Amino acid sequence: MTKGIDVIVIGCGHNGLVCAGYLAKAGLNVHCFEANNSVGGMTAPYDLGDGYETAGLATVGYPLRSSIVRDLNLREHGYQPGPAIDTISLADNGDHLVISEKEVLSNNIPEDEANRFKQLKADYREYAKKLEPIFCNKPPRLKNMDWSDKFLLGKLGWNARFGLGRESMYELLRVAGSNIYDVLNDSLSNEQLKAAIAWDAVLGSAMGPRSPGTVMTWLQRLGGELNGPLHQYCDVSTSVSTALLKAADSLGVTVHLNAEVKRILTQDSKVAGIELANGEALQAKTVVSNVDPRTTLLRLVGAPSLDAMFAHRVSQIRGQGVVAKMYFALRGQPEFPGLNDSQLKGKLLIAPTMQYIERAYNHSKYGECSEAPVIEVTLPTTHNPGLAPPGANMMAVNVAFVPYRFAGEPEREALVKKTIAKISEFCPKLESLIVKHRLLTPKDIEQRYHAVQGHWHHGELTLHQSFMMRPLYGAAQYDTPVHGLFLCGAGCHPGGNVTGLPGYNAAKRLLKTRS
Amino acid sequence: MRILKDHFRQALSRTPFHDRLRERSATEEWMSWNGYKVPRILDKLSREYFAVRSGCSVLDMTPMEKYQVTGPDSRLFLNRLVTRNIEKLRPGRVTYVAWCDDDGKIIDDGTLFQFSDDQYRLCSQHHQLDWLLISASGFDVDVQVETHDVAALAVQGPTSYAVLTATGFSGVEKLKPFDVADFLLGEIKVSISRTGYTGDLGYELWMDPKDGAEIWDAIFGVTHLYDVQPMGLTALEMVRIEAGFIMPGFDFNTAESTIRDGYSRSPYEVGLDWLVDLNKGHFTGQAALAAEKQRPLKRKLEKLVVEGNKPVGESFIYNGKKGKRCGEVKCTTWSPILKANLALAEIEYTNGKRPSDLWTQIDYKRELKWHTTWAKCHAQSKPFYQPKHRNETPGLE
Repeated sequence: MTKGIDVIVIGCGHNGLVCAGYLAKAGLNVHCFEANNSVGGMTAPYDLGDGYETAGLATVGYPLRSSIVRDLNLREHGYQPGPAIDTISLADNGDHLVISEKEVLSNNIPEDEANRFKQLKADYREYAKKLEPIFCNKPPRLKNMDWSDKFLLGKLGWNARFGLGRESMYELLRVAGSNIYDVLNDSLSNEQLKAAIAWDAVLGSAMGPRSPGTVMTWLQRLGGELNGPLHQYCDVSTSVSTALLKAADSLGVTVHLNAEVKRILTQDSKVAGIELANGEALQAKTVVSNVDPRTTLLRLVGAPSLDAMFAHRVSQIRGQGVVAKMYFALRGQPEFPGLNDSQLKGKLLIAPTMQYIERAYNHSKYGECSEAPVIEVTLPTTHNPGLAPPGANMMAVNVAFVPYRFAGEPEREALVKKTIAKISEFCPKLESLIVKHRLLTPKDIEQRYHAVQGHWHHGELTLHQSFMMRPLYGAAQYDTPVHGLFLCGAGCHPGGNVTGLPGYNAAKRLLKTRS
Repeated sequence: MRILKDHFRQALSRTPFHDRLRERSATEEWMSWNGYKVPRILDKLSREYFAVRSGCSVLDMTPMEKYQVTGPDSRLFLNRLVTRNIEKLRPGRVTYVAWCDDDGKIIDDGTLFQFSDDQYRLCSQHHQLDWLLISASGFDVDVQVETHDVAALAVQGPTSYAVLTATGFSGVEKLKPFDVADFLLGEIKVSISRTGYTGDLGYELWMDPKDGAEIWDAIFGVTHLYDVQPMGLTALEMVRIEAGFIMPGFDFNTAESTIRDGYSRSPYEVGLDWLVDLNKGHFTGQAALAAEKQRPLKRKLEKLVVEGNKPVGESFIYNGKKGKRCGEVKCTTWSPILKANLALAEIEYTNGKRPSDLWTQIDYKRELKWHTTWAKCHAQSKPFYQPKHRNETPGLE
């Protein structure tokens, strides 16, 4: 069965499957090994027991890139982006702020402010569009450029100068390395509105709105928006991971579940194969790892098999998860005064001001969890009642900023209490509805999803870890100093979120190096 | 590790032998070596030089960087660190090694001592703790600095064996080149290795700093039988060039001290190709060195004998008399024993070959007036000075 393997893919997150799909499509014999009992990684369904489940650790996101959907026939395999949702920033007085991707929907914001938001969003979507070529390609090398690197840089320059025009290009260059706090203060005045945008810029990262580079992270999120509106992942049957598995299957990819890879075997800086946790060894000259770069290189390959400084630089990749997940099984429908039933389908945000987010982040720097965390609530059962028993509901909650170091039992209980108390300020009867709950701290996420330090994006999306420096120079073009070892996960350019782009770019790069 | 306290009150630290050296210093010509105050010349350069070549000289080499490497993965760690295959190294043996960065450029060279299965000492010219710790990641090893905890004397020269025996060390005759063993002088434990930086018969003595003065006195207690002279670093520079030994950081840039691309050097470029084993399994820089080996050699640090008696200065090397510039002199000496001008020079190769006709231009002064002349250079593959007695066991009586 495993004879004549061309490529071994380690980890069946969505990027691993995208990569495997493209490689199989190019005629390679691809075998995927997944440690868990289901594919999809953070997009795999999460079972809470007693009939309660969710569609994944990732609860909201943007549609997969259309070219990937088309290339892998994902529509035919059942892929259906979930229903588009709005963002609702909860207000103490019940006068909640509702925004769609392009405009403010609620009428509690002055018209000129709403227009400024519309303009800002339009401008930044345009920037994101012009940056698209860099996200959909391997990041260009600055030294020893090949033809495609030069072409890409040329295209970027052309896009920026002639696509945006001189004024906009200057503006983009001015803000690119800046922080979202300053940029939003320049354009808008409503605190709640600014906080809702700032949250999008820092979500999943150990960054506050005032951290440099948060404009870039926002632009990356807007890059996702170009594929379609924000939606909830709420139906396993039409999810990314289900469709990708079917697509991979139809393309001839062999997927091995419950098959944890213990080591990547190397000889003289060349890949020789893999060793599974059960002791079985398989030979292969090419291995693609969907696992985060630090785990791949330091644990699976091992620092001794790498050059010393490269191994050291890998160990210095920044990326500690700061978002905890909490699932609540609810016996009835939660009521948020001021929100109607259709609004409950949205992404509910507790982050009244940018200062609130910044303060919540500050605590995490010192290993503490703020008394006033930023909370993002979704109710997947409002879209798909099948995720809970009849009449019951699931609530999926992101809590930030929860430091990675935070782990003790008393702290966990306190965090759950704190979270329930905070949501209860907007949903007074919440506590009486809770049947059970589950908390996944960054440490738990690390364990369950094999993502080092529980970071969603496998590494902080800072400027110094982006583009030709993601995950680090020397491995930024998906190939690594270990000949035959490629990376294809969120730790690579262009980074996290459910885009499929790292997987796609990696496959393209791998195929190029073989030809 | 010794905790340095109040050390900042002195610009330069004193070695355990400092008081003895000061008594012998007629010139008071001191210099800094690795933060220690050491003699450049003690009384007369010629006396110090000829002691090494025809008698016995003693050099205080305490400032050498020394690292203790222990733990079950020591050998794996060291073999991943250095370019040479140390699989055959055994307890009681010493070997010369060099290590490179990821790009295959030399960080430093040094001597590696093995004391037991998992106990080693690495001696180097430059501070290496950061690189050793970076390299230790993923290995079960412990790296400790012991630079300031071990005092060291180099006893070198044709009569060095006789001097040590007369001093009272018995069994030194059993030491073959690159052996190391423990000896007792009375109650004092001294570790002696048959190693050195002079190219002559010689030994290096490693001891607890508190015993330093006593060992010094014992060695200089035999001066009624043998000529034993303390030596400064100027004489050492002369004899190491005669022996063809290179000095990282002086004859070529070390990888961690360069800023500009292309300024650091690989083992191939400094004539250490014999120290690189590309087939021993993975080590830092292996891939880069394997790739470099596929390309024609760009340049090489060469040993040159320069014709004539005019001293070579810091000068360029030319292909042909008044020809095209093709290299530069890195260090020079007049060799009294060979009666020749010697130089180590970096020569730029063309298509992997050394230019055939090497010349240098020498500017020299005669009665304060500058003159210029051209001198032909002859590249040598062997050390300039390599006496037979260097490798004879036991050493000369």
